[in-house]
Amino acid sequence: MKERIVITGIAGRLGRLLAKRLHRSGNREIIGIDRRPFEDKPADVVHKRVDIRSKRTRDVFRTQPISALVHLGLMHDPKRSNRTHNQWNVVGTQQLLEYCMHFRVPKVIVVSSAAVYGPRPENPQFLTEDSPLLAAQDDLGALSLVEADMLASSFFWKYREGETVILRPVHILGQVANAASNYLRMERIPVLMGYDPMMQVIHEADVVDAVLLALKPGVRGIYNVAGPGEVPISVLIRESGRPTFPIPHLAAPLVSKLFWNLGLAPFRGTELNHLRYVCTVDDSRARKELGFRATRTIKEAVRAALDDTY
Amino acid sequence: MWRGTLGRLASRLLTPSGDAVSSDRAKSIPGWRRFLESRFDRKFLQKIQALPTRQNEYGYDPFGFHRDEAIAGIYLAHLMYQYYFRAEVFGQQYVPQGRALLVSNHSGQLPFDGLIIGASMLFAKDPPRVVRSMVDHFVPSLPFVGTTLTRWGQIIGTPENCRHLLNDDETIVVFPEGARGVSKPFSKRYQLQEFGMGFMRLALETNTPVVPVAVIGAEEQAPCFNVKPLARLMGLPAFPLMPFPPFFPALPLPTKYRVYFGEAMHFSGDPDQDDEELRPAVTQVRNTIQSMIHLGLKARKHVFW
Repeated sequence: MKERIVITGIAGRLGRLLAKRLHRSGNREIIGIDRRPFEDKPADVVHKRVDIRSKRTRDVFRTQPISALVHLGLMHDPKRSNRTHNQWNVVGTQQLLEYCMHFRVPKVIVVSSAAVYGPRPENPQFLTEDSPLLAAQDDLGALSLVEADMLASSFFWKYREGETVILRPVHILGQVANAASNYLRMERIPVLMGYDPMMQVIHEADVVDAVLLALKPGVRGIYNVAGPGEVPISVLIRESGRPTFPIPHLAAPLVSKLFWNLGLAPFRGTELNHLRYVCTVDDSRARKELGFRATRTIKEAVRAALDDTY
Repeated sequence: MWRGTLGRLASRLLTPSGDAVSSDRAKSIPGWRRFLESRFDRKFLQKIQALPTRQNEYGYDPFGFHRDEAIAGIYLAHLMYQYYFRAEVFGQQYVPQGRALLVSNHSGQLPFDGLIIGASMLFAKDPPRVVRSMVDHFVPSLPFVGTTLTRWGQIIGTPENCRHLLNDDETIVVFPEGARGVSKPFSKRYQLQEFGMGFMRLALETNTPVVPVAVIGAEEQAPCFNVKPLARLMGLPAFPLMPFPPFFPALPLPTKYRVYFGEAMHFSGDPDQDDEELRPAVTQVRNTIQSMIHLGLKARKHVFW
C-alpha cells in the first residue's frame, strides 16, 4: 500500500524541502495543507489550500487512510497578534491531533522548537527533554508555542496505539523566515553590550533529515535536535560578516520597540533574552535513539541563512 | 617584606619575561592577549595550551570556556596567588587524574578562596589542571561579568552542569557550606558551617573521588560582623560590615593563603538515598576538612606571613 503523508505548513521553507525529499524517495503520496501558495510544487504533491482549523482539513483525514502527519505549520510571526497565534497554534494543533486520534493515524510528528524551554539565567547549560517549558515566563508571544508543544506531549501519552514524535530543534538557519535567520540577515546586527551567550544553530536541511528519521516505524518520543555544536553569538555574527551595533541591555527593549514600530527590525524585541541567556539543549537522546547527527557545519548553516535566493 | 613583594610585583609588571608568542600566531590574536601572554614564560604557556579541553574549531568548549581568552583570568589569578595572597600549596599530588570533586571550606565574604584553589591547580600542579567552579544563578544576568566568567571556565551552579562536567572527567570545586560559609562573621572563623548534601549525591552518582581541601588565610581576609536586623530587613542571608574603612568587604586584606589538599576519598552507594543515610559520609568529609584546618592553623606562625 502506498504511504500517504500529510504535511501541514507545506508552503513554508521546511515544508517545501521536506516535500521534495519525500516525494523523491518513491512509493509515497504527499498531501500538503497550507493557506499559502506553494510555488514550484512537484507535480505529484497534492496541495490543499485550506486553513488547518477548517472542516476541509478534517476531510483530508476522513476520506482516505493517512499513514503519517508531519505538523510543521506552527505559526511564529511577530506581525500577527497573540490572539491569532493562539487560535492557530493551540486550536489548530488540538484539532489536528484530534483527527489523528479519531482516524487512527499511526504516526504523528510535531516539529516544535527548543525555544520552548526559554532562555533564562538559571538554565543548566544543556536542557534535557524533561526540562520545564518556561519560554512564556518572559515572552508571552511564545505562550502558544509552549501550549502547542504541551498538547503534543499529552497526546503522546493519550494515544498509545500510534507513534508520536515531538522534535525540538534549536535555532534553524536557512532560507526559513524565523527569528534566528532574520536576525543574521540584518544589515547591522544589534547585540546586547556585555552579553555573549552560547547558542546552538542547525541547518534547515539537517532538520529535514531529523524529520525523515522520525518517520521510521518504531520511533516515538520527544527529542531535542541540536546542530553541529555550540558557539557564542559573536562567532555566528562573525561568520555572517555583518557589522554589529551594541545596545545596553537596559535600553534594548525600548530601542527594539522603536525600531519595530519604524519597520526597521524584523522582530518585536520580546525575544531579547535569547541574546542574553543560554537556551542550549542536550541532544544525546536524539543521537542514541534516532541516530541523528547534524552533518552541516555552523559555517554552512550561517551561509544558508544569508543566501540571497529567499 | 612588603617592599620586596611590591618591588617584585612592579618589576614583573614592567618587564616582559621573554617572547612567548610565535610570530604566525601573533598576527591573529588581539594585542591585549599578546601582552598578557608575554607575562608568562614559554613553558607555562605551552602547558596551558596543552590543557585537555573539549574545544571546537572556534576554540570554545560546550560551556563557553575559551582557553586563550582565559589568559586574562589566569593572569589575574596569578597576581592574586603569587603577590597578593602569596599562596603556599600542600598536597597537590593528592588530586587524582581524571574527574575529581574538590570540597573546601568557604569564607571571606568574597569568593577569593575559589580563585586561589583554581590558581593552585594551575600554578602548583604539573601538568596544570583547569578547575571549574560554580557561580550563582544571578551572575549570567550581569553584563560583561557573566560572559567573562563563562570564558574563564566558570559554570552556573546546577547539578546537571556538574554531572555533565564530571562525566567528562573534569575537576570541580564545591563549597558545601555555600552562602552560610562565605558570609559568616569573623567570630566563627575556621568553624565549618553545616554542609549541604548535594556534593555527595553527585560524587556517588558519577563515581567521583572527593578531595578535601582546607584553605587557611581566607577566613581572616575580611573581618566582618553580621548586622542581623539589617539582613532580616533586606531579606539577605547576612549583612556583613567591617569595623574599619571601607566598612563593606570590597577588597580583602592581604592575608597569607595556605591551601592544603587531602587524600582523595572514595564513596559508593545509592545517590538517591535519604539525607539521613548520606549524613555519615558527608560528616566524614567535613571532619577531615576540619582536622586539616586545625593542622594548618597549628603549622602557621602568622596571619599575614
